[in-house]
Amino acid sequence: MLNVIFILWLREVKKYLRSRTQIIASLGSPIMYLGVLGFGLGPIFRKAGEGSYLQFMAPGVVGMTILFTSMFSGIALLWDRQFGFLKETLVAPVPRLWIMIGRTLGGATVAILQGLLIFVACFIAGFRPLSVVVIPLALLFMALIAVVFAALGTVIGSSLKDMQGFQLVMNFLVMPIFFLSGALYPLTNLPRVLALLTRIDPLTYGVDGMRTVLTGVTHFGLTADAIVLVAVAITLLTVGAWRFSKIEI
Amino acid sequence: MIRVEKLVKRFGEVTAVDDISFEVQRGEIFAFLGPNGAGKTTTIKMLTTLLQPTSGSLELDGLDPTVHRDEVRKRFGVVFQDPSLDQDLTAWENMEIHGVLYGMPRKERRERATTLLQLFELYERRDALVKTFSGGMRRRLEIARGLLHTPKVLFLDEPTLGLDPQSRNQMWTHVKTLNDRDQVTVFLTTHYMDEADRVAHRIAVIDHGRIVAIGSSAELKEQTNTESLEGAFLALTGTSIRDETANAADSMRQIARMWRK
Repeated sequence: MLNVIFILWLREVKKYLRSRTQIIASLGSPIMYLGVLGFGLGPIFRKAGEGSYLQFMAPGVVGMTILFTSMFSGIALLWDRQFGFLKETLVAPVPRLWIMIGRTLGGATVAILQGLLIFVACFIAGFRPLSVVVIPLALLFMALIAVVFAALGTVIGSSLKDMQGFQLVMNFLVMPIFFLSGALYPLTNLPRVLALLTRIDPLTYGVDGMRTVLTGVTHFGLTADAIVLVAVAITLLTVGAWRFSKIEI
Repeated sequence: MIRVEKLVKRFGEVTAVDDISFEVQRGEIFAFLGPNGAGKTTTIKMLTTLLQPTSGSLELDGLDPTVHRDEVRKRFGVVFQDPSLDQDLTAWENMEIHGVLYGMPRKERRERATTLLQLFELYERRDALVKTFSGGMRRRLEIARGLLHTPKVLFLDEPTLGLDPQSRNQMWTHVKTLNDRDQVTVFLTTHYMDEADRVAHRIAVIDHGRIVAIGSSAELKEQTNTESLEGAFLALTGTSIRDETANAADSMRQIARMWRK
């Protein structure tokens, strides 16, 4: 069992490490957010008495990178089952659950690697975590975010029928998840509707968790963040496994 | 080796496979010949455990694919209509993953992968990424991979679609050699008459989900009083063109073609 999961995981990681252009291309938008927003909104953020904006948003941009990468790897299922390798795995004499786990963990690992690259970019831009000791804990939160959204991607990728749905998901799910997560603005004193929406967005807890660990500023508290993320991850993995078992090709 | 009885598959209102029965003997090359949308792929999907039949019974090497799923899966290899190789991996890596998925011990897996890659003339290129391969090489690799776990039956769903005549020729030569040497039963679908004529021991002509004739190429010609298999085919299925309604897979196939250019 473990070698099946391992080889499917390895496949995702190998493919990632080989696709240099893709790595560079996918760094574009987070770096743009970091550069343009980080430095552009910095002065006004400081004037509002909130301190360094770069310091505030860096965990958010790392979270965004993980969100996009892991969601995308899940949704790629859609393509993969018609023109790719997925069909080969679906006729193999192994339970679909193993395949789903191997694939999802692979996607999550790729997202974490990508998040780490952005973390380094943030550091170069001037972001400073509280200390080196907190980095492993931050990694744990990155992993939680990655698993949550790789699983969500699997749910969606297993359910969509064609490529048209993909654009819909990007515009009405992925972008809102990012903008409502508190990656770019503090969650205090928000209008009621927005406050409510941010609370049902799982990424909010991921970003808050990372921010707490890395900068000491918190909104929900570390325990609450971790509990919510673990609960959502388990739920989505279960739904993902169920949807994946229903794929017909 | 394969036994199908009164097999029916409905998708909502549409009956894709409508009460078909046939048998394939051990070591035989059996072809499903039919126009687009005749139900060829649907039948293969049911035999390969990817679809559940609406009614009827199936048997592969004495086992029911709907009940003993994993046991049946070990007994067949399949090459689908659409490619299912991982293009960002090397030929060797594609073989390796297949071996692991089928639970083959490392030593056996490597030995057999070497033999098959040599047989299909791909060994020299084993460490090249699949995306650098030509269409014919990719098809050969898929067949080699499908044979890695020594299956008793090999399913080939329109394996020569989009290949040039040289690659088609070479591919069938390999398939015939394997069939002769290892007695692998081959179940193939195609809409190229000449291919069925050349490689298949027996041919079933399928149309609108029904088998309209079954027999050797000579028998079919005799039955319809025609000179060629093409004549027999047209006599059996008519000359009208089938307009399949495009489904999600077709529209994706179109996008895929655009990207490949």
